[in-house]
Amino acid sequence: MSLRPIAFSNVRLVDPASGYDGPGGVIVTEGVIADVVRGGDLGSLSKDVEVIDGKGALLIPGLVDIRVKTGEPGTETKETLKSAALAAAAGGVTSIVLQPDTDPVIDEPSVVDFILRRARDIELVKVHVAGAATKGALGERMAEIGLMAEAGCLYVTDADRPIVDSKVLRRVLAYARAFGVRVAHRPADPWLSAGAAASEGEFASRLGLPGVPAVAEMIMLERDLALAELTGAGLIVDQVTTAAALKSLRRARDKGLAVTATTSINHLSFNEIDIGDYRTFCKLDPPLRSEDDRQAVIEAVASGLIQVVVSAHAPAPAEDKRLPYDEAAPGAIGLQTLLPALLTFHHEARIPLIDLIRAVTSAPADLLGLPTGRLAKGAPADLVLCDLDAPLVIDADKLISKSKNSPFDGRRLQGKVLRTLVDGRTVFGA
Amino acid sequence: MNTAPPGLNDVLQRTFSFPKRHFLSASDLNEVEVANLLDLADGFVSLNRQTSKKLDLLKGRTLMNLFFENSTRTQSSFELAGKRLGADVVNMSPRSSSISKGETLIDTAVTLNAMQPDLLVVRHSSSGAASLLSQKVSCSVINAGDGQHEHPTQALLDALSMRRAFGRIAGLKVAICGDVAHSRVARSNIALLQMLGAEVRLVGPPTLIPPQAERWNVAIFHDMREGIAGCDVVMMLRLQLERMDGVMAPSQREYFRFFGLDREKLACAAPHARVMHPGPMNRGVEIDSDVADDLSVSLIQDQVEMGVAARMAVLTSLAARLENAR
Repeated sequence: MSLRPIAFSNVRLVDPASGYDGPGGVIVTEGVIADVVRGGDLGSLSKDVEVIDGKGALLIPGLVDIRVKTGEPGTETKETLKSAALAAAAGGVTSIVLQPDTDPVIDEPSVVDFILRRARDIELVKVHVAGAATKGALGERMAEIGLMAEAGCLYVTDADRPIVDSKVLRRVLAYARAFGVRVAHRPADPWLSAGAAASEGEFASRLGLPGVPAVAEMIMLERDLALAELTGAGLIVDQVTTAAALKSLRRARDKGLAVTATTSINHLSFNEIDIGDYRTFCKLDPPLRSEDDRQAVIEAVASGLIQVVVSAHAPAPAEDKRLPYDEAAPGAIGLQTLLPALLTFHHEARIPLIDLIRAVTSAPADLLGLPTGRLAKGAPADLVLCDLDAPLVIDADKLISKSKNSPFDGRRLQGKVLRTLVDGRTVFGA
Repeated sequence: MNTAPPGLNDVLQRTFSFPKRHFLSASDLNEVEVANLLDLADGFVSLNRQTSKKLDLLKGRTLMNLFFENSTRTQSSFELAGKRLGADVVNMSPRSSSISKGETLIDTAVTLNAMQPDLLVVRHSSSGAASLLSQKVSCSVINAGDGQHEHPTQALLDALSMRRAFGRIAGLKVAICGDVAHSRVARSNIALLQMLGAEVRLVGPPTLIPPQAERWNVAIFHDMREGIAGCDVVMMLRLQLERMDGVMAPSQREYFRFFGLDREKLACAAPHARVMHPGPMNRGVEIDSDVADDLSVSLIQDQVEMGVAARMAVLTSLAARLENAR
């Protein structure tokens, strides 16, 4: 099927890869960006081109979200690949990287292959896979990292579970490096974190919730950074959420280590007080932190110390959330709210728009070697047309995900996705 | 001399007095000593192919095989070498005797030394064990493998196989592939081959390459095709199966896929490349049977034959130096 060429005119282009933020247009043919025009009009176009007048709306590369969970395979009642892909398309996310802690765990090449085939049939957004770093994501024995990389997995991680045995993590880092595979690791001291439902502090004490001290993140991160230095491996620090850990990260970056850090949109947007009257939608892993920590994380995104922002999309159905707080499942959905929530920091004049967009487009794409995430001639036409200023109130029940556990429920945000294209095909909007 | 088998004169002319009492490490040797040992071993190869293989060069001598670790092939290789040279050979397996009753290594050594052996061949699972023993006995000690440290007679027999196959060792490109980290064979070979002027490369996943091995003046490769590109010799190492199940490598199938030697990978080596393996092989894990059994590329059977000759050369040279030699 040959696609009709599309041209976006009269838009504000924001392309972090080239550093351009200004008026222009984009022409799409055969699924790729045929031309990017900066400034004036598009010139004469052939008649069969569908011209979309953006009326000054934002045109940015499709978002790349490198930390997404669905319930497929294993717990399809939470979320399927299809429902997650629909939510992603509606949120302007055109590439997602699935986490391996499914049932079965994605720890061998045939499972990677299975999921990539399933996703291909859905034909919505681009679905990629992160493989498990260890068998069963149990932190004991190395998974088939080389074979999974050949099957197409983009990086390896044990997702929420830290690899406690330092010898195992060292071997994983060293081994993965030889295959050019990055390792994402959650910095959380397992003993300090055991049983915790919230961040340790005055608020958790008042609520009577078992807490984990913020330093638990820094303690594990220091070990991870030392092992990354020892092995020369490409470490992805999976969600930095505390000021203490950011200091460690800064030291590592100054030393020149190949370390990339992410944070989640939730930790940029909420603090521990949002738990309020035991709102389980705000029960997250890592838990929401103090306001000081949140401010430090925002600063780190602004300064580029944290390069990538993820949705940390983790669907949990009502039956897993409508429980006493410390029994409720952690996690929040976020694919559909990632972009408008991120734009908050532009509207509050905290972080320049181009830097915000970078953290969800070219930075994650470059990290994982994906050709997407940029407005460049020849790049895949993964695009989002967005009304930057349009107000919206998030209604969790109306979100597309099968699970409705959004902490943004009731929040007023600005920035509405008008149209999402993947390889030149419109997958959301019209 | 009438009864002497043909070739004996030839061999005897090559005998030389080895300047050291023990044979513990390839790094202890120098180029001249190695050349002499290889020449001598070459002579024994011809002798070993004759009907009458028995010599009396070690007549009256006692050779004691002291193997704390099981090894059928190395032990029988030394046993044959000793017997063909006319020595009395005793095999001790302390695993099933005194050591298991709590005797220390040194106590065992002192006890055995009192029995007046001339040559003591030692294998032990601890690095440095042969050296420790050598300090406590009055006979010659031959290291038949100490932990992850050295296996010098293996390096000598490998050098002999290579020299016979290529006519030289200087200038050869040798890729040592697999579990280098735990391999005494690799350490002895690196030392000996570099001394003889070969270019040594190490190939394996980072988990199986010894830390900071790049300081050994070897190039290190984690991609096997790149690592063996243009090499004259591809020396495969054994990887213990229990190290493969997610410990040092994820699985046997992944190991074979990336680090197992098959026809396709071997095609990256020089067209005349020869394949070596110290044995015993894990077929289908580190080496494909198709390659291992192809006599036009595999030197693996030669290595076993060279083993007896190389060990005869070592035993003869050490015995020639013993105080009561003549």
